[in-house]
Amino acid sequence: MLIDALTLQLGYNASLVAIGAGLLGIAAGATGTFLFLGKRALVSDAVSHATLPGVGLAFILMVALGGDGRNLPGLLAGSALSAGLGLLCVSWLTRRTRLSADAAIGAVLSVFFGAGVVLLTVIQTMSGGRQAGLDSFLLGSTAGMLRSDALIIALGGALVLAAVLVLRRPMALVAFDAEFAAAQGMNVKRIDLAMMGLAMAITVVGLKMVGLILIVALLIIPPVAARFWSERVDHVVLLAGAFGGLSGYVGAAISATAPALPTGPIIVIVAFGLFALSLLAAPGRGVLAALLRHRRFQTRVHLRQGLLALAQGQPIYEPLTLRLMRRAGYVRADGVATEAGRAKATRAALDERRWQMLRGDPRHEAAAARYDGLTPLERVLTADQITELDRGLGPEAAR
Amino acid sequence: MQLELARLDGQAPGAATAPQDSPLAIRGLTVSYGEKPAVFSVDATFRPGSMTAIIGPNGAGKSTLLKSALGIVTPLSGQVTSWGRPLNSQRHRIAYVPQRASVDWDFPTRVLDVVLMGLYRDLGLLGRVRTRHLEKAMSCLSRVGMEGFADRQIGQLSGGQQQRVFLARALAQGADLYLLDEPLAGVDAATEKAIIAVLKELRASGCTVIAVHHDLATVTDYFDHVFLINTTAIAAGPVAEAFTAANLHRAYGGRLAQTPVGTVA
Amino acid sequence: MGAEFVSLSLTPMLIGICAAIACALPGNFLLLRGQALIGDAISHVVLPGIVLAFLVTGTVAAWPMMLGAGAAALVAVLLIEAIRRLGRIEPGAAMGVVFTAMFAGGVLLLEQSDTSQVHLDVQHALYGNLESLIWLDATGWSSLTDPEALRALPPELPRIVLTLGFVILFTAILWRPLKLSTFDEGFARTLGLPVRALSLGLVIVAAIAAVAAFDAVGSIIVIAMFICPPAAARLMTDRLEAQIGWSVLFAAMSAVLGYVLAGYGPLWLGGQHAISAAGMIATLSGVILGLAALFGPHRHRSGAPADG
Repeated sequence: MLIDALTLQLGYNASLVAIGAGLLGIAAGATGTFLFLGKRALVSDAVSHATLPGVGLAFILMVALGGDGRNLPGLLAGSALSAGLGLLCVSWLTRRTRLSADAAIGAVLSVFFGAGVVLLTVIQTMSGGRQAGLDSFLLGSTAGMLRSDALIIALGGALVLAAVLVLRRPMALVAFDAEFAAAQGMNVKRIDLAMMGLAMAITVVGLKMVGLILIVALLIIPPVAARFWSERVDHVVLLAGAFGGLSGYVGAAISATAPALPTGPIIVIVAFGLFALSLLAAPGRGVLAALLRHRRFQTRVHLRQGLLALAQGQPIYEPLTLRLMRRAGYVRADGVATEAGRAKATRAALDERRWQMLRGDPRHEAAAARYDGLTPLERVLTADQITELDRGLGPEAAR
Repeated sequence: MQLELARLDGQAPGAATAPQDSPLAIRGLTVSYGEKPAVFSVDATFRPGSMTAIIGPNGAGKSTLLKSALGIVTPLSGQVTSWGRPLNSQRHRIAYVPQRASVDWDFPTRVLDVVLMGLYRDLGLLGRVRTRHLEKAMSCLSRVGMEGFADRQIGQLSGGQQQRVFLARALAQGADLYLLDEPLAGVDAATEKAIIAVLKELRASGCTVIAVHHDLATVTDYFDHVFLINTTAIAAGPVAEAFTAANLHRAYGGRLAQTPVGTVA
Repeated sequence: MGAEFVSLSLTPMLIGICAAIACALPGNFLLLRGQALIGDAISHVVLPGIVLAFLVTGTVAAWPMMLGAGAAALVAVLLIEAIRRLGRIEPGAAMGVVFTAMFAGGVLLLEQSDTSQVHLDVQHALYGNLESLIWLDATGWSSLTDPEALRALPPELPRIVLTLGFVILFTAILWRPLKLSTFDEGFARTLGLPVRALSLGLVIVAAIAAVAAFDAVGSIIVIAMFICPPAAARLMTDRLEAQIGWSVLFAAMSAVLGYVLAGYGPLWLGGQHAISAAGMIATLSGVILGLAALFGPHRHRSGAPADG
């Protein structure tokens, strides 16, 4: 069943939805990366919640004009308008008052959402509004989706993706360093606006399928997951797009296999799975790798401090240092230095003396900057340079 | 390094300060943000009743040394004692003036409220603010020349005024050891004078003052001891002995070329 | 305004006021600590909490639900903190990852389990049902002294009153350490204050307020009340004590006016059905914030004069 879904064998609509979700996911992941790198991930939360009153008003307006309130393009246009208004409110509150961005985001998302809920209850009381089914915009729903709706989503996903591809360079620059981008003669404001516009477009396109509460997950989770794997912006964008696309496609496919598997939540959970994997297992920034590195680093620090204390005949106070020294075979169980320990200590002390020498010497300024108490001097200077340095240390260095 | 300081302590006039007498004694302190130690294996024994400048180039770990000694930053290894006891048991005798930039000056509070924070130990959780507390806070404000600003919101003050308010809060703590992180950074000349005057008063009354300092030109005028640091401890002792061109070269490397060293002892 | 008011409007209004204030109080500190959106995250993860509690106990009784929601809030906060620290991810993004994933899990669980017999759905979790918390046994103001009638008060009322009392107590007792550590964390540490525990305690109290309020009024009000009244209050004054006062006033005003407008507004306009009170209360808190942002005496950042 799942294989069928993944290979688009579950019918035209389901296939269209899966393809649309995949495209949407790619676009969302890529766009979200720029928001995330600009430290504005949660702006998307305000945008998505702010769509609700627009949906309600569009419905009321369309009914009042004698049309069908459920017309998807109409509802999406309304949602885009009110999301835009929400964005304006966020930026107005942060610019004109002393409130911080997160307070403005929280205020806009809760108030717009509250107003939207009021409008939904108004619609419920309208004649003919009973079957409006606007609730499906909260959590999204692909069940009973019209063919034209599925087409709109697939098309919308493709369009947003194309726009992201075109704008990726300027957006990366602005997200990374807006001042530098401005100095380069870029119109930061307009690029910013485009970035927000894309986030809004993704919200609007994904509204029907993923729902407004969860669509932010597509903008936030893939970039955060991708960040663990690379330190380069372009790689993070590509990876985030891949993660997003994978989540969207696989999520929609899984959801198509059974009725009790709502599309939005499944997509989000697939994305979260990718995130959890990245958090734990990514080399470099991943937690396991970082923990290992930290342990190794801590051991190096303690051993070095222990050896220096040994060389100077000072007692070692730290229990952890003592334990590590024992494990390395530098001291015996009773705390007395072993042969190996003494030899190591002498070398550490010599290394430290050479470093002190070097750091007082203006000719070695570049090398001195690499001093961190741990790096052996052999890694910084050539053997010849060290011999040269040792001349300054006098006879003791020859030992 | 241990070796270094053992020797330097030996050079100090009179007997070297024993750790149990020192208001702040640090042993083997290593602090690291990420993978590179900001402070590596530093030993330091500060002399009671001294006024010590912690100096060193930018990024040498000056502030980190203070913050980790006080437990604001968690060190990787090392021990800190105060008058021979664990620092935690002596916190009531220690006052701290953080860097001005470390707080949100938009916070909704008045100058007087900030100074009253220094009386937290007296007031406790629920103790009422009584007239004597207010009088104490006002007298601390007037010692730094800020008595006219008690009712101002803190964000309305200039940088120098904010620094004085922080010092007034520390004074209110009535401590024996004062630790100051860059108290003279970005302040006006009048404030600098006022702050140094107060710090010298403190020393005269037997308190110990330790300040992170960045201006080499004023070290000799303001302080009697220095502690040079560049990741490791470079030198420590009375200004006349430790504040030497050789030690500065070892701490600052080639960067010293841009720094005025005319006043070096 | 007699018997009908007491039996139909008095209790929902009181519940609304208490819930609003219980959220606004910790909201002040969250706002000043730059953690305003923690309230948003907490109120989203309430859903998986109550669904899990339902799956475990098989009932929709209040206490297991509140425990489940509280546990979910705690898990969310710890997860956010872990992701922020371990993964070195900025707090906003860490929050976004956690609350969306947990909310998605909640929706999925809800769809997978058979809840057709009980009143448990996403809409209820979001909007609450303030209008239904009526006091049927009340016959007028005299019922307030009638033990028989008082026993029939909706149980949400004593629960939220208790919660509000707890929140007030927490704020009052820990006022000084909270203020101190919010303003200057480093200094608070040098005093030996347990800064981490305070910070976690504040979030837990916020979670308790959110869970209790959610039980009565749904999570929209919770998010709005965490942020809007404190934010509006910040624009009215430059003193924390006064800010707290303003935020309480704004919270109560939003609750009362929002409830009245939702209940009677449509009638005045010739409609027949009331509209969502929760949504209206949130909307009104936004209107108040908007007014404060336009006219509040302290709405601008205090520009410190140039250094020197």
